Amino acid sequence: MKVEDYLERKVEVSGWPVNLTSYRVGDVFHCKADNVSPGAALARTTGATREEAEKKALERAEQLLGRTRRHAV
Amino acid sequence: MADYAHPETLVSTDWVAQHASDANVRVVEVDVDTKAYDEGHVPGAIGWAWNSQLCDTVRRDILPKAQCEELMASSGIGNNTTVVIYGDNNNWFAAWALWQMKIYGHKDVRLMNGGRKKWLSEGRELSTEIPKVARTSYKASGPDNSLRAFLPQVQAALEAGHSSLVDVRSPQEFTGEILAPPGLPETCQRGGHIPTARSIPWGKACNEDGTFKSADELRALYGNEGIDGSRQVIAYCRIGERSSHTWFVLKYLLGFDKVVNYDGSWTEWGNLVGAPVEKGAVSSAKA
Repeated sequence: MKVEDYLERKVEVSGWPVNLTSYRVGDVFHCKADNVSPGAALARTTGATREEAEKKALERAEQLLGRTRRHAV
Repeated sequence: MADYAHPETLVSTDWVAQHASDANVRVVEVDVDTKAYDEGHVPGAIGWAWNSQLCDTVRRDILPKAQCEELMASSGIGNNTTVVIYGDNNNWFAAWALWQMKIYGHKDVRLMNGGRKKWLSEGRELSTEIPKVARTSYKASGPDNSLRAFLPQVQAALEAGHSSLVDVRSPQEFTGEILAPPGLPETCQRGGHIPTARSIPWGKACNEDGTFKSADELRALYGNEGIDGSRQVIAYCRIGERSSHTWFVLKYLLGFDKVVNYDGSWTEWGNLVGAPVEKGAVSSAKA
């Protein structure tokens, strides 16, 4: 099957920039959330709609990013 | 890609679409997120998990030679196979796999320019089928440790001042504001960077679509920080995969002879007792 409806957008979660990538393969929407600067993956989710897949990814990203400590430099 | 020093080490997504099923070609996906392959991959591609198949799972080290030979043989890769590796995050762990294959002497291993991101964004075909491959016999050479830096070499280089250190992590990791990429567990005791290191985050070598920047742009990027190939370059990050991406850029796209990947990276240096650490930002090398 081909990848369709590919979309990338940047949002902010817990003060960190996050890149959301979503696309459809068949009837399933896939979403990946990763932090923008170093680019590590935070969450990979699926849903019946783009909104559902993104919502799940953002919830997981929020959990992880909320734990990130900023240290005094 | 013609302007790169070694354009033969890169292939385009078009090339992969046309040649993935060639008898002497094996396409391999290696991701940060090891679930990505199962979700759908380039038809005919096999998948390697960086955290179980591309490292020693007992001690901290790269894949031992015997396990490398077994991985290649079970992947249907012979010594003369053209191996094309791609993955997520603009080929982070794909570059890590390529670096290890070069350490063990594989002649023809290439990256798919743009990685998984470009393949997806172009609306190409995905498959969830795991291909059946015929086992081969494989004889690794090496290891060629001239491609790799161990801690004593980094310490000696720092002392002698004859090498350039390139920290490819994010600016916040470089300054010590955070100890790991946002959202990931902290894996070191101290934040900051190795003294004298230049901060050139790995992602600056890539275009928005995940492909590598042009040779001229890359020369300017590194040259502006004093990295021009005249001295040995030691690249490091947190665990060695992002720095293998930069190692690939410097060695094969810009053609620098003396480039090594310090895969111990910050999870080693930042946990050492008594190691010198600098914190805060660094000014430009040309300032």
